[in-house]
Order: sequence, then C-alpha cells, then structure tokens
Amino acid sequence: MRIGLFVTCLTDTLYPGTGRAVVTVLERLGHQVDFPAAQSCCGQMHFNTGYRREATPMARGFTAAFGGYEAIVTPSASCASMVREYYPALAAEAQDPGLARAVAQIAPRTYELSVFLADVLGVTDVGAYFPHRVTYHPSCHSLRMLRVGDAPFRLLRGVRGLDLVDLPEAESCCGFGGTFSVKNADVSAAICADKVAAVRQTGAEVLCAADNSCLMHIGGALTRQRSGVATMHLAEILACTEDTPSPA
Amino acid sequence: MSGPHPGMPTYLGMPPFPVAAATAVADSQLRRNLAHATHTIREKRAGAVAELADWQALRASAKAIKDHTLANLDTYLLRLEDNVTKAGGHVHWAQDAAEANAIVTRLVRGTGADQVVKVKSMVTQEIGLNEALAAEGISAVETDLAELIVQLGHDRPSHILVPAIHRNRAEIREIFRREMPDAPAGLTDDPAALAAAARAHLRQAFLSAQVGISGANFAIADTGSLVVVESEGNGRMCVTLPRTLISVVGIEKILPSWRDLEVFLALLPRSSTAERMNPYTSTWTGVTPGDGPEDFHLVLLDNGRTSALADQTGRQALRCIRCSACLNVCPVYERTGGHAYGSPYPGPIGAIISPLLRGVTSPIDASLPFASTLCGACYDVCPVAINIPEALVHLRSKVVDTKRDKHFSPERTVFNVSGHVLRSPRLLGAAQRAGSLAGRVVARSGRIRRLPPPLNAWTETRDAPAPPPESFRAWWARTRKPGR
Repeated sequence: MRIGLFVTCLTDTLYPGTGRAVVTVLERLGHQVDFPAAQSCCGQMHFNTGYRREATPMARGFTAAFGGYEAIVTPSASCASMVREYYPALAAEAQDPGLARAVAQIAPRTYELSVFLADVLGVTDVGAYFPHRVTYHPSCHSLRMLRVGDAPFRLLRGVRGLDLVDLPEAESCCGFGGTFSVKNADVSAAICADKVAAVRQTGAEVLCAADNSCLMHIGGALTRQRSGVATMHLAEILACTEDTPSPA
Repeated sequence: MSGPHPGMPTYLGMPPFPVAAATAVADSQLRRNLAHATHTIREKRAGAVAELADWQALRASAKAIKDHTLANLDTYLLRLEDNVTKAGGHVHWAQDAAEANAIVTRLVRGTGADQVVKVKSMVTQEIGLNEALAAEGISAVETDLAELIVQLGHDRPSHILVPAIHRNRAEIREIFRREMPDAPAGLTDDPAALAAAARAHLRQAFLSAQVGISGANFAIADTGSLVVVESEGNGRMCVTLPRTLISVVGIEKILPSWRDLEVFLALLPRSSTAERMNPYTSTWTGVTPGDGPEDFHLVLLDNGRTSALADQTGRQALRCIRCSACLNVCPVYERTGGHAYGSPYPGPIGAIISPLLRGVTSPIDASLPFASTLCGACYDVCPVAINIPEALVHLRSKVVDTKRDKHFSPERTVFNVSGHVLRSPRLLGAAQRAGSLAGRVVARSGRIRRLPPPLNAWTETRDAPAPPPESFRAWWARTRKPGR
C-alpha cells in the first residue's frame, strides 16, 4: 500500500523520533511510505483558537499535499480528528466546492496510526519488543472524537516483554487543550497535576500515548518533578525490537 | 443589545474566566470538595444510565423533539399561551430581565404581599429576580435547601443542581447560626440536624405565603401544563399552598405534548441526580377551583434566547434541560467550581449558554468559550446531545471575528504570522532550523525550564521540549529520496 505520512508540525519540529518510528514500523510491515514534503500544518491550533479564517488555507495546503494516496497515516489522534471531523465544516463555511471535493476524498483516508495498524491493516503484532513497565494515557481526541477504542491497547498487548499497567482515571483529560494550556495556565496545571499523580502511582517506567501534544504536557511536568518516568509515543515503542531496543 | 449583558443584571462586571479561575484553583479545600462531589455523582450517573439499554435512542429522541420544537417555536408558544389562558391562567411576555422583573413585581404588589416563597429556579437567578423584588421591598424566600444556604450566605450558586456544592457542612452550620434567627441552640453540623433546622425555618414561610414563584422544567403546549421536577418537596409546597402562583419560564422550555414528556422524565433524573426517578414531579394546568392557587401567571421570557436561536451552530444549546451532567464530568469545572463562570450557568454548558444569551463583548463572555480543554466528556454525557466542543470552537471564532477590525491584538499577530509559517513548508523548515540553534543555547539536557512571556505560563510548572538538532523533514531530505 502506498502510504502518505502526515507527520504533523509538532512531531516534525519537536519529536522527529516519532516520525522516524512510524516509518520504521510501516516499512517493517512491508509498506511503501512517502513523506510529501509539501505538507506543513493541518491548522487545528488556529481552528480551535477561533482563527478559522487562517485555518482554511492550511486545509487547502493539506489536501494539495495528500491527494492521491491510498492512505494517509499520522501519529496524532488530535490532528487526524481535525482532518476527519472538522475539515468538511471548514470547506462548507469557506464555500469552496473544490476544497469540499478534495476533503470528501481525503478525510476518510486519513488514519491515526493505531487505527490504521489494528483496524485497517488488521495487525496487532508488529514484531515489537520492549521489556518495560508501561502505562497508557488515552488522549481525549482519540477517545471521544476519533473513537479509536482499544486499538492502542491491542497493539501494546502485542509487544513482547511489555508490562502494561492500568492508569487510574485514565479517561480524564490531561489539561493540555492546545492554547488552553497558556490561556488558562493555572487550571491546565491543576488538571495536569492530577494526571501526573495518577501516572506516578502506577510505578510505570514509561507513559505512552498516541498524541505528542498530551505527552509534551504531561512529560513536561514529569521531568520538572524529576519523576524518572519517561514519555514515549506509541510509535516509538512499536518501533523497538530485540535488535534495536531503543527508538531510532 | 447594548452595553455588557443587561440580561443578567446581578452578574455585571465579572472578571474574565482565567482571573477568577486562578483564585479558585489556589483554594485546595475547594478543589478537594469539588473533586469528591463531582467524582461521586459522575460514577452514580454512569451506573444509572447503564441500566437503560435504549439510552442512546432516548437521547436521539430528546434531541429530535427539542430540535423540532425550536424550529417551530412560534407555533408552539402561541399554542401554549392559548391553552394556559383557556385553563384560567394569564400569560405575560417578557423580552428581557427588566421586563420580566417588572411584570413579577407588579403581580406581587397586586396581591398586597411583601414576601414570596420560591421553588429552585435557574431562570429567576438569570434575571436577578430576588434582587429586583428586594429593591421594591418584597422579600423572596428560597425554599430549596441548597438555594437557602446560598441565599442566607449572601452568596451565589456555583452548580446548576447543587448550588451550594462549594460549601461544606461546617460552613453551612455557621451560616445557619449567623443568619437563621430560629436556628436551634446547639446546632451541630450533622446533615440531618441541618436539614431539620431548615425544615422548621421554612415551614413558617410555606404556611404564611400568599405568593409562590417558580420556574418550570417543561411547559406542555398541547395542554398548557407546567412541570417542575425536584427532590425535596419544597417545590410541591410552593406550587400548591399559596393563593397566587407566578411561573417564569424561558421560551425554550416548551414541549409539544404530554407524550414527549416521557422521554425527558427518563433522561433528566438519571443525568442529574443519578436517580431512576426523582421524588417529586409536580404538574399543573391553569387553575382548579378549590384546589391549589386561585390565580396563575406564566411569564414567558426571551432574554437573549431568540438571538441564540438565530445562531445556527449555537442554537443546539437551547436543547439544554439543566441536568448538570456536563459540569460533573468537566476537568475544568472540577478544578475551578462555578463562580468563575460569571453566570448562574457554570461549567461547559455555561461556557456556551452565557455568551449565546449575552453576546461576546464583555470580558467574561469573551473568555468563556476558551474555558475548556475541548476534551469532549461533556458531549458524551449530554442527554440531549449538545455538541458542546463544536459550539465552543464556533463561539471562539465569533470572539476572534468580533475583535478583528477593532484594535491591534498581539495574539492575532502571532496567529497571523504563525499561520503563514505553518502553511509554508519552506518557512516551517527555516523556523525549525532557527529553533534548533536557539534550543542548543537555552536547553539543558533536552529540556527548557524557562520561556519568555506569554509562554512562561507553560514553564511555570512544566518543562518545554528543546527543539532537536534535526527536524523530521530535514532527516527525510537527508536520508531519503525526495518525495513529491
């Protein structure tokens, strides 16, 4: 399958290791991965902060970059939900029939990584090996917008050596919320404090999620507290094998 | 509408949400109280809802009934007026808070009474009725236990269902001892003792009241009947004992027929108190000689509802049945409580209802749509399927667009510039290279501990990641053959 990797601006800029891990996993499964260099940002931050007008050209850029792929795969449930759930509304508002047509074609083919692996490809054992105690934070947009269900858990259970421990109050928000974390910093930090306490309670070495944005938030507090708990994107764990025990 | 939301006069001049929320978040006792209360009711609700296999179908029906009614509101309102009048009641129309308060004041005056008893009602909180009556020398007695606590404490409600959720029992005992002249000597903070004291205090008011004032959970157009759903029985007393009953009802509370009520009486108690059925459901139709009030007045209130109805995305908020399930699951409400929302409607529903009713020009209303992480828990539990995150994002763009042509905004500049950078792979690549260089200067072991304003709000409590030496895009270009 010819797959277009939508790496997301955040992962591209701050977490390139996650992008490399997605490439590793998909190629290990025998797929051809392409990175259309014309891609940049899906516009979610602008859209969610009220700058819809500024988000529309970003949606146009996205559809131009990703036209023609059988599948578009991204290591972010949040950005995938922007494309799948909000692009149609954005195109309608902009009264741009060309954009609407492109979105109708591209949005249903845009998949968050765990859904693509577990549900589209039907693979839950990607050949990964990761002998560590891990807990998983199901991000809000993966849970309640994309409804990825247990796809990430099926993948983590398929990793040899991995000890998956339950996170208390797992489905509660971490308090990131994009620009919320700056506009309402006190509340954001208070929500995060409870999430961090829950993570530390598990005794896990690694906190995993399908969104680097939440991991940046929770991880920022974990390192500030010198908790010793590392954060890793799901793709990075799935990329690990006996031969390459740490992410590329 | 001119000026800052005349629709909710007692909430004029509230500070923006982040300011009020910061104070609330710093109150660790409040946070413990709220966390305990919201988690308890959240779990109970989940259990009560799980008992019904057809919950999602009920939810879809409720949404459909409300949407149909709102789309034909003119028809149903006139039908309601007609049927209330035929049943011997009187219907009054109020465009805003001032009109509604003037009508109620005039009606109470006409009875010669200087005291009224009240059923717990969100809409009379909205219009500031108690304050308006007090200004005319009429005292209003709140008879719901929690509303009484709020009233005696010279306080404001902080939750739709549990208005005194921010108070613990020791505080309640102090309020009763200070403000209730007939509080028994040696009153303890035992909940049963506190309830008994309130009951004795209220009994006198019920038996002497000439006028009762209520809202309504539902108004049935076909029969002209009103419905009040409650737990304590105080509502039943207020709508049956006094000679005159005045009900103030928002125009969105209407349902076409009795049959529709079935759906809502299944959804509301389970969503609200996590009960299969609430203890008291009172219904009345006009007046009945020899039974209950002899004089019944219905005040139908707009107060911003027709402007909310004109908003295609926002109008779904008018489906709200004030169950408060969204408050109890909200990560923001759980940490801030209700007062920060600057309105009797707090939590996720308040963050959309208040700006829809009042407009987005005042500082509080311009900040409310941003008082959410967009986690979506509110939408999941809403019994009438209000897509609150969608409405929040919509209202955010309304706030931004309202300010667009007015003055210079640093935030807008940031979003303009970042918009240009983020939609251009070339500019993004350049920014990434610059970031990598800067990261090498300020970061320690891959972490940044301090950023300049406004991003210092982030690094107060969290490290920020340092930009890596090489972006993904640069890695790909270096190691792979170029894509398209």
